[in-house]
Amino acid sequence: MALIQMENLGKVYQAGTVDVPALEEIDLSIESGEFLAIMGPSGSGKSTLMNILGCLDAPTSGKYFLDGEDVSELGREQRADVRNRKIGFVFQGFNLLPRINAVHNVELPLIYGHVNASQRHEQARDALKLVGLADRADYLPTQLSGGQQQRVAIARALVNSPEIILADEPTGNLDSRTSKEIMMIFRNLNRERKITFVLVTHDHETGDLMDRKILIRDGKVEGDERNCGEEL
Amino acid sequence: MTNPFDAIKTAFGSLKVNVLRSLLTMLGIVIGVGAVIVMVAVGAGAREMIGEQIRSMGSNMILVVPGASQQSGARMMAGSVHTLKSSDAEAISKECLAVKYTAADWSDVAQVVYGNRNWRTRVWGTWQTTFLMRDWPLRCGRMFGPEEEKRAAKVAILGQTVVENLFGDAYPLGKVLRIRNVPFTVIGVLERKGQTPRGDDQDDSVYVPLRTSQCRLFGTPFLDEIQAAIVQAKDEASIPEAEKQIDELLTRRHKIGRKQEKDFSVKNLAEIHETAQKSLNIMTTLLGSIAAISLLVGGIGIMNIMLVSVTERTREIGIRMAVGARYADILSQFLIEGVALAVSGGLIGVILGIVGAFIFARASGWPAAVDPATVLVAILFSGAVGVFFGFYPALKASRLHPIEALRHE
Repeated sequence: MALIQMENLGKVYQAGTVDVPALEEIDLSIESGEFLAIMGPSGSGKSTLMNILGCLDAPTSGKYFLDGEDVSELGREQRADVRNRKIGFVFQGFNLLPRINAVHNVELPLIYGHVNASQRHEQARDALKLVGLADRADYLPTQLSGGQQQRVAIARALVNSPEIILADEPTGNLDSRTSKEIMMIFRNLNRERKITFVLVTHDHETGDLMDRKILIRDGKVEGDERNCGEEL
Repeated sequence: MTNPFDAIKTAFGSLKVNVLRSLLTMLGIVIGVGAVIVMVAVGAGAREMIGEQIRSMGSNMILVVPGASQQSGARMMAGSVHTLKSSDAEAISKECLAVKYTAADWSDVAQVVYGNRNWRTRVWGTWQTTFLMRDWPLRCGRMFGPEEEKRAAKVAILGQTVVENLFGDAYPLGKVLRIRNVPFTVIGVLERKGQTPRGDDQDDSVYVPLRTSQCRLFGTPFLDEIQAAIVQAKDEASIPEAEKQIDELLTRRHKIGRKQEKDFSVKNLAEIHETAQKSLNIMTTLLGSIAAISLLVGGIGIMNIMLVSVTERTREIGIRMAVGARYADILSQFLIEGVALAVSGGLIGVILGIVGAFIFARASGWPAAVDPATVLVAILFSGAVGVFFGFYPALKASRLHPIEALRHE
């Protein structure tokens, strides 16, 4: 079975008494080790899909299997557990905790995964080394540049060895040179550590760097193309 | 749930970010706990003092003093009538069954001379039962007996302060000293009794037989008159009975009609102490309510700040949830923050309370004892305040939806 398997998945939001469908009839299959983008204009439902993929939210209909496990019926607590064990997040706005230093930020998922302090520290430093920030471990987020902050965020996503990293517009707040660096890091992690990457973006340049593009429009999968073009 | 040590570290980390705000939030708890500590310490000290007072005066005491006289309608002060006699005291001792000991007093201040030294002190004419009632033993020598009382013998028993001032290191027993130029033989020396809580030196006194004081030393305006009869009831329960018996006996002996005003008054010393206890209790209640209100207000302050903090840190909560924090993790994080605020406030309050009690003790001269159990209870209670008022904000934080929390600006 594929790493991610979605079957006839739908999500309906309730606005007062009116039902607003955000996603309809999503059938999607993502294999382990893929490097793909979910693309679409704003309001297309790609963020909703991302939230469901990341187990931040549950679908209202259909099935979602993650790593062979049906996660569409899980409750909040179990979803938190799945997020902790299998998913890493990278956000557009970095979302680091401003008052604690880089290494403590990276440790955060391990705290909720009940890893003891010394092992936590070691794993966090290893993750920072992977993104090339070993020497910035004691810096506060505000003392780092945008690119560096995003690399800390990537280290945080990596630290509990997830199956999949979900990145929501990860280069949206960065200049093009830094964006390229970040994309390089993603590609290397994908190649060397076989981590599956799912990027949500509306930027076609970024999309073109991925192996596969899934296009969402009006809550439905409109296209699914394989890239064999540009290399990083 | 995360391990408690990490949770506590996280909580204090958050409180350190805004030290002034945290301190101001604690203030209510600080004042509340401080007030509790001072209240309990001072209350315990005052109680101890009152207890000591009761002990030093003898327990279950009743005082019988002459009443107020009237001259042409103008009422004189208490003790201005001269109708209380030592025979009344004897009658009380014989006829009132609820009474254990009785003593009659006639005292005045006089110059006491021995050799080339002299000392001004109060000379008490009394019965030897005085010493039994007050549980006051002799250091050496003997008491005056009934025969010496009857014939108004010129014998004296001295308190320690008088001995020190008149004799220094010399041996006082058998020596002759003069009180108002009347020679007295020292037959006994009392043990040191110490000061009354008011600061009166009980050892600065000379005791002589009642009749000696009445007839040979000071003279009484009327024959056999006494200033007071001191009565000890058999036990605490029999005090009201003893009072009643004394009242009836003296009414009969003084031939007072039903509509006439009594020429004596019976005072229960326990009642005086009860009054003191009561005013102490009022003070304790007052301080206690200040403490309770402060703790309540302090708790509300903590709740308020925690709610603000939850709103401010919505995004942080979202991030924590995204990386795998559960309900219980978020709940405990904010709950521990609330408790940490309250308990830190409690600790500061305890320190200030101890300092306050110490200053109060110094300033008032009252003893003040800080009980470790009180400190423990105060800290536990402030913790409970933290839990109670921190729970709602923590629950609110844990109920946030991760997506909405992450989107929060």
